[in-house]
Amino acid sequence: MIETALTFAFGCFGLAMLMNLWKIITAEGVGDRVLALDTMVINSIAILVLMGISEGTEIFFEATMIIAMLGFVSTVAYARFMLRGNIIE
Amino acid sequence: MAQIADYLTAVFLVIGGFFGVVGSFGLIKLGDSMSRLHAPTKATTLGVGGVLIASLLHSYAIEGYLSVHELMITLFLFLTAPITALFIAKAHIHRHREDYDLPETGDDTCWAVLEKEEVVAEPLPDSLEDMKPTE
Repeated sequence: MIETALTFAFGCFGLAMLMNLWKIITAEGVGDRVLALDTMVINSIAILVLMGISEGTEIFFEATMIIAMLGFVSTVAYARFMLRGNIIE
Repeated sequence: MAQIADYLTAVFLVIGGFFGVVGSFGLIKLGDSMSRLHAPTKATTLGVGGVLIASLLHSYAIEGYLSVHELMITLFLFLTAPITALFIAKAHIHRHREDYDLPETGDDTCWAVLEKEEVVAEPLPDSLEDMKPTE
């Protein structure tokens, strides 16, 4: 039961990451690219949590927290760069 | 009991995966830039929330311990997703909109994103004043 659901969720998030990659390649503006990259980071967090469920370990959570923080900071940095032209004022 | 937890975990996993796909599909499907902002920031956050609830249930009911890491990740994601959306929307206004197609702000201040920055040179301290080149 739970294995089937895990496989389904893995497939869903893998498909979602492929769609994000497609959007990064074909986006017409830099704002859309930043948005797609941010979505990709969130999907990779979901995939790491799913791996934690399927392996039954807690070892992925530190990696998940670090990816979440780095993703947020990098998205904010990209947005600052689009807005101002520099990041640290 | 374990059977019920098993089913609930599976249901939350399926919900999470579905909403993850909906978010990314909206990202490539929706028409203009500002409607595209809705899909990833709302549907994908909901999808990740479903997966985190499933992980919480799984670790509590099947592995046998209560883990609070998922709550931390949920809190962090739910705090940062709106901030990200706000920043991307601000960058979009800054790059693609002019004053005339934005609505009135309602008072005498203008849109903060479109404010022109004035660069004010700071006066030099006294000790450096002598070293200033003279014309």
